[in-house]
Amino acid sequence: MSAPAAAARTRSWRLAPGHAFVSGYFVLLVAFGIAPAVYALYLSVTDSGGGFAGLANFVTTFQDYRFLPALGHVATYLVLWLVFLTIFVLVLALLVHRVAAGWSRAALRFVYYVPGALAGASSVLLWLFMLDPSVSPAADVVRFLWGDTFVSVISPGHLPWLFMLIAFWTGAGGWIVVMYGALNTIPHEVIEAARVDGAGPVTVALRVQLPMLRKWIVYMLILSLAAGTQLFVEPQLVSQASFGVVGTDYSLNQLAYLYAFNQGDFNGSAAIAIDLLIVALCCSGLFVARGGLFDVD
Amino acid sequence: MWTDGRRMVARTVSTVVLLAFAVFFVLPMVWLLLASTKSPSDLVNGHPLSAGSDLLTNWRHLMSFQDGVVLTWMGNSVLYALLSVVLTLLVSIPAGYALALMDFVGRKLLLVVTLVVMLLPATALVLPIFLELSYLNLVNTTASVVLPMSFFPFGVYLTYIYFSTSVSGDLLDAARLDGCGEVATFTRVALPLAKPVVALVGFFSFVNNWNNFFLPYVMLPSSGKYPMQVGLTQMLSATPTFNPVVGANAEVQPPELVLATLVSIAPVLLVFLFSQRFLIAGLTAGGTKG
Repeated sequence: MSAPAAAARTRSWRLAPGHAFVSGYFVLLVAFGIAPAVYALYLSVTDSGGGFAGLANFVTTFQDYRFLPALGHVATYLVLWLVFLTIFVLVLALLVHRVAAGWSRAALRFVYYVPGALAGASSVLLWLFMLDPSVSPAADVVRFLWGDTFVSVISPGHLPWLFMLIAFWTGAGGWIVVMYGALNTIPHEVIEAARVDGAGPVTVALRVQLPMLRKWIVYMLILSLAAGTQLFVEPQLVSQASFGVVGTDYSLNQLAYLYAFNQGDFNGSAAIAIDLLIVALCCSGLFVARGGLFDVD
Repeated sequence: MWTDGRRMVARTVSTVVLLAFAVFFVLPMVWLLLASTKSPSDLVNGHPLSAGSDLLTNWRHLMSFQDGVVLTWMGNSVLYALLSVVLTLLVSIPAGYALALMDFVGRKLLLVVTLVVMLLPATALVLPIFLELSYLNLVNTTASVVLPMSFFPFGVYLTYIYFSTSVSGDLLDAARLDGCGEVATFTRVALPLAKPVVALVGFFSFVNNWNNFFLPYVMLPSSGKYPMQVGLTQMLSATPTFNPVVGANAEVQPPELVLATLVSIAPVLLVFLFSQRFLIAGLTAGGTKG
């Protein structure tokens, strides 16, 4: 036990040198973490004149004809994204761990991970080209799956699949590396013992390895769920490139953006932002409380 | 136990799956490099994976787009990303150090709040921050992008983990006994030991800042202040493939948009390539995703 922990029993409400060390961070935490959340909460329960409005903004935005479709879009995307992410990240991590050896193992992890360098607008732009049958290197696949022209490819029904594909391409590699690292922490003897008992590789994966990765899988799902609800840049750019076929109100975050920037309704915008923030806070709070992945002493 | 035949089949199938995904992850990157060298007609008519010879022409056109605005955007990206990295390091390293090795009232609470906020998607707070800064009349300033990006709880957490696992409290106590004050103990003893974590936090902060789209998109209405990521959207709407209205007089031809995308990712890609070993070690050991 280190000295500060021992001294911790004699606490008092005086300022300690530690406060000076965290002061800069604390100011930023308040200014860009806590204050905006509190201010958005305040805006969401008041009207434009500053009077108390109760839940009126939440009701109005919920009844907006664009809200439920946007919620549906985000939900469809999330289901696809989480299912594909879990299946393929686990399969690939297990395969890299089992089949590949030496340099090919490092090379594969690197190759899977590199697209993680691209995020935001860059990766979406690249994928607009990938999905355009007239220039795509996988034009045959794109045509077979989604149609002959760019416009038919980005028709609204295809979008959850396309966004899933983009998110998987940029994000899966990082998770494969994380899962691979977690697989490495499973003692070799455990797996060897299962083998001696007659378990094949599939049984080992299902009965031994996956249960031991449970915490990490939950972590991946919760972070991806929270991030996925925020869908913004993908539909925003596709909307721009689709020449009006796809509206700018495809996702909830876009709707919140429209409320603030097109309608000048900051209270409505804050209400949607608070909806999304509550989902994200529940995810991360639940995980910090129950996940057991992070040590807080 | 599996027979040899089944094992062979399983091995072959596994290898095919691994390679197929390798192609899926790499092909778009390869295409990006090749397509930036082609002329507009080559891009459509040539083999998708062939190289062209128009890289210089594309580059010149790109640089002349709206009187060289691409350079302004890249400059803005560098400015925003680096300023935020510096600020992030200045506040996160001492904070993580204090959370790990010093005692003060509120330490535990600060740690838990940091964890919760760290696991929030960064975009969740963008609109609330916009609403706050617009109330304070601070939107469309460099600070409206740099300051929120400098708030990087993940960096504080990484530093906290590093100091609580790799630096012994006894060493610091020894320094204090030798007459070092708290500040000198930190700067002369702890900081020199913390170089790896400073690099790691700096890296993650830089990549996050560089790739940040939603925050500057919301905060900065004028093109002259855009970072490259936001500038790309403006180029997109000037490209004929994705905006039929601009037609033949388009300001941006598709290969130039490809080149712009490549330019926009180049700095991060270079940092990635040079630090991948150290990065993968960080991801696996630090136990968290950036």
